[in-house]
Amino acid sequence: MQFMLLFSRQGKLRLQKWYVPLSDKEKKKITRELVQTVLARKPKMCSFLEWRDLKIVYKRYASLYFCCAIEDQDNELITLEIIHRYVELLDKYFGSVCELDIIFNFEKAYFILDEFLLGGEVQETSKKNVLKAIEQADLLQENSPSIVLNYCR
Amino acid sequence: LPARERNGMRFNCLFPAFSSPGKSKEAEIKRINKELANIRSKFKGDKALDGYSKKKYVCKLLFIFLLGHDIDFGHMEAVNLLSSNKYTEKQIGYLFISVLVNSNSELIRLINNAIKNDLASRNPTFMCLALHCIANVGSREMGEAFAADIPRILVAGDSMDSVKQSAALCLLRLYKASPDLVPMGEWTARVVHLLNDQHMGVVTAAVSLITCLCKKNPDDFKTCISLAVSRLSRIVSSASTDLQDYTYYFVPAPWLSVKLLRLLQCYPPPEDAAVKGRLVECLETVLNKAQEPPKSKKVQHSNAKNAILFETISLIIHYDSEPNLLVRACNQLGQFLQHRETNLRYLALESMCTLASSEFSHEAVKTHIDTVINALKTERDVSVRQRAADLLYAMCDRSNAKQIVSEMLRYLETADYAIREEIVLKVAILAEKYAVDYSWYVDTILNLIRIAGDYVSEEVWYRVLQIVTNRDDVQGYAAKTVFEALQAPACHENMVKVGGYILGEFGNLIAGDPRSSPPVQFSLLHSKFHLCSVATRALLLSTYIKFINLFPETKATIQGVLRAGSQLRNADVELQQRAVEYLTLSSVASTDVLATVLEEMPPFPERESSILAKLKRKKGPGAGSALDDGRRDPSSNDINGGVEPTPSTVVSPRGWAIGAWGPPGATPSHLLLRTPSELGCREPPGGRLLRRPSYQGGNGDSSPPPPPRFVCKNNGVLFENQLLQIGVKSEFRQNLGRMYLFYGNKTSVQFQNFSPTVVHPGDLQTHILPLAVQTKRVAAQVDGGAQVQQVLNIECLRDFLTPPLLSVRFRYGGAPQSLTLKLPVTINKFFQPTEMAAQDFFQRWKQLSLPQQEAQKIFKANHPMDAEVTKAKLLGFGSALLDNVDPNPENFVGAGIIQTKALQVGCLLRLEPNAQAQMYRLTLRTSKEPVSRHLCELLAQQF
Repeated sequence: MQFMLLFSRQGKLRLQKWYVPLSDKEKKKITRELVQTVLARKPKMCSFLEWRDLKIVYKRYASLYFCCAIEDQDNELITLEIIHRYVELLDKYFGSVCELDIIFNFEKAYFILDEFLLGGEVQETSKKNVLKAIEQADLLQENSPSIVLNYCR
Repeated sequence: LPARERNGMRFNCLFPAFSSPGKSKEAEIKRINKELANIRSKFKGDKALDGYSKKKYVCKLLFIFLLGHDIDFGHMEAVNLLSSNKYTEKQIGYLFISVLVNSNSELIRLINNAIKNDLASRNPTFMCLALHCIANVGSREMGEAFAADIPRILVAGDSMDSVKQSAALCLLRLYKASPDLVPMGEWTARVVHLLNDQHMGVVTAAVSLITCLCKKNPDDFKTCISLAVSRLSRIVSSASTDLQDYTYYFVPAPWLSVKLLRLLQCYPPPEDAAVKGRLVECLETVLNKAQEPPKSKKVQHSNAKNAILFETISLIIHYDSEPNLLVRACNQLGQFLQHRETNLRYLALESMCTLASSEFSHEAVKTHIDTVINALKTERDVSVRQRAADLLYAMCDRSNAKQIVSEMLRYLETADYAIREEIVLKVAILAEKYAVDYSWYVDTILNLIRIAGDYVSEEVWYRVLQIVTNRDDVQGYAAKTVFEALQAPACHENMVKVGGYILGEFGNLIAGDPRSSPPVQFSLLHSKFHLCSVATRALLLSTYIKFINLFPETKATIQGVLRAGSQLRNADVELQQRAVEYLTLSSVASTDVLATVLEEMPPFPERESSILAKLKRKKGPGAGSALDDGRRDPSSNDINGGVEPTPSTVVSPRGWAIGAWGPPGATPSHLLLRTPSELGCREPPGGRLLRRPSYQGGNGDSSPPPPPRFVCKNNGVLFENQLLQIGVKSEFRQNLGRMYLFYGNKTSVQFQNFSPTVVHPGDLQTHILPLAVQTKRVAAQVDGGAQVQQVLNIECLRDFLTPPLLSVRFRYGGAPQSLTLKLPVTINKFFQPTEMAAQDFFQRWKQLSLPQQEAQKIFKANHPMDAEVTKAKLLGFGSALLDNVDPNPENFVGAGIIQTKALQVGCLLRLEPNAQAQMYRLTLRTSKEPVSRHLCELLAQQF
């Protein structure tokens, strides 16, 4: 996988993960182009499209689009399920996840993604194992003052 | 979890501005700028921030970045955080660096230090954080620092499973970025054995790494085949609950299965019969399971199951050796063609395309033609229709060509603009490839121009001209059809071009009919003239001069047109020049001369179809596979007698006008006035046929030529791939040379950091350079479709053997590209031909009689032994050709002086062809020993 983007129906980017080196300018250009392309598609259309020399696999969950760019040889259907498994992981962690969870707990969204996918490849598919790793990290965190609550000081 | 409840609070605390609805975008930006200023002052303040505050502000910066604003500070604080011992601080520091990587090398050094400590910490959580960071950044600096350590961590007996997983994928990322930094070694064997690991997650990560590594080192990883097969077999045959948490919607380990099937596609079928048997069993099991009723109605179940099925089919196609499996795969896909899930229809069409190119399944694919045609007509999603069009193209053969071509033509009328050009190319190729009669071919192409003229590229209409020129039996029909087509009140400019060319060549074939008498033909063409672009008008002017030769009765009218002020004083130089020259030619030359100069074009040499080459460029290699594949349709006898794997050249009809200009061999002086990109280079044997390397990206095609091609010529395409074309034009006088390099960007994307430089091969750097090469810089950006020119001034200081190298680096879509080519400068470029009489020649020959002064080579002819071609090559090589020197008239004798700044090297050569044995003997004598040998080698490659 070359990158993964999460964006809202309004076209706001919510999470971006790049597995290939690109300049900020290029990243922005790609994001703009893809958000436009994907948002323009109708609901019943197929989830795959050719884009430059890559294949785009996307799926919408409520107000959020999950969009992955994979290479020619990669498997589209399994990529769709990568997206779904990631959504399940977020859901399990946040308890029925919504867009705001990802906006305001972005670091968790990134940590979960890193446990699941690394360098663009699936690292661990077991839901239990991924969440166990995140929970362990949370335990370490509990020992220090909670970052979130302390923002309000 | 409490995360949910915290949202509201965090939301307000982070950015109060957002919590009040209705605030405008400006308000948001204002609020953010205020916040950024605040954070900046905190970071710059005198008071040292504690870890917690640092974390807070770095986190805020990240948040602001993720909202889409640029962040250009905070990196130092992030580095401080990730060096902290507190997990939460470390975690945020790493996250910041991973998301906002900065190529600041000072910074990277600091980060690397912290990573090094964490990797050595033996704390698995810290180690994983560090590995994730390396995998996320993946820069070369990190590769240099860690590529050697990570394999050790990966195979260490005491590494935790989670660390192994991260290490495997981290290494994969580094290897992808800089393969040279990852040393292969003893660890590779142990990595392969990770396929046997008890932990499925470790296997999942390891397979990806092995798949990537084995592509470049297939032999080192060969043992992975049997391990992968047995792992796959265990998964495929397991019950849906056996693998516990690795079962996904009743499908056991779908990700791992897909990865294992991918790995196997890196290798040919297993040699070991037992392994192979076991694998075939696996593949059959997957195909069987596809037929079973679903265990769940959830789409995730069917997606996971079908992901494995499609990957299995890919492997079956990759092996292409099990007819039974191929046909089963095809039937399975056939079921999907009418599935209610759009995704499955899309993938089935895509996958069937590759099945169509296998001889075992081609017929099976063909049975679905009606479904596919229906899909082309009824699918609502353009991307699915495109797949259908691709599949029709792939399944086309002689038996169904007419049906498919007519369906595609019909589809073209309503097709999406984005894919029209591609459809046009495909129709053109199929029509050519499977034409039974040429009139059908001509009709099809003219229909293409009529329906989608704007999308008919040069390659397509050049091609129809080439074919008509080469086939006597279709010329009359073509002239008649094109004449009729031109009568339409609004016809496309491409039709005018084709019409102009064909009538100019073969208008005489229909001139007997009073409805298409010469004056009628002329006035029909000329009625379009004023509406056309400069290029078309230039072509029409050439048609007119051809008419003067074909139909003397039109001479007066045409001269009138040429003489008109609008032509003779046309603002466009090309048009003006043609008008002036043609007018003079028509009034000065005798009928005989006119007839010779304006003779019918000779047949074009057969090469790979230029449109096929264009399609390949568009779609990447393999796109034309259906046509390349001779085995599928062995009985085919194409119009062009088969597609030859030689580089293609687009022969431009504009070259036609110029080529028709002078008697064979003569260089019309006005060519010198043309821009380099206008200049074609002459092919010695044909003489009249102008081959033009296309310097404008995307016009022509030519595979990267072997360097010997440039020994005897100075112009041509030096290099070409999917992205870039490099054309070269050079001239040499005495010991000086000037070379123009033309870099054409063939893509639609801008090249960045474009920098071509000339480097001298390493071994010469210690000595004084034999060549002084001055280069001018070129623009760092090359726009899509654009071309830049670079001038090199070359001075030959002394004799040399190795040419300098041209190193071209640029970024394309973010990926760095680099290539190194030999500059086409060889010592013979500095030849000055010397004429001398036989007596002088023999006297000098004798003077150079020391054994080391002579180099001789006897070799087999690689090309047909044609005296004219040989002469042209020797002249191109640079020496003078001396007649009446050798008593045997079959032999060639040449003489010249190589001019360098330091010295001059006299050279004599003799080439003795032996037609019976198809051999040559080449002898060179020069005053300098290495030069004799070098010249002899250079020249011997040419015959």
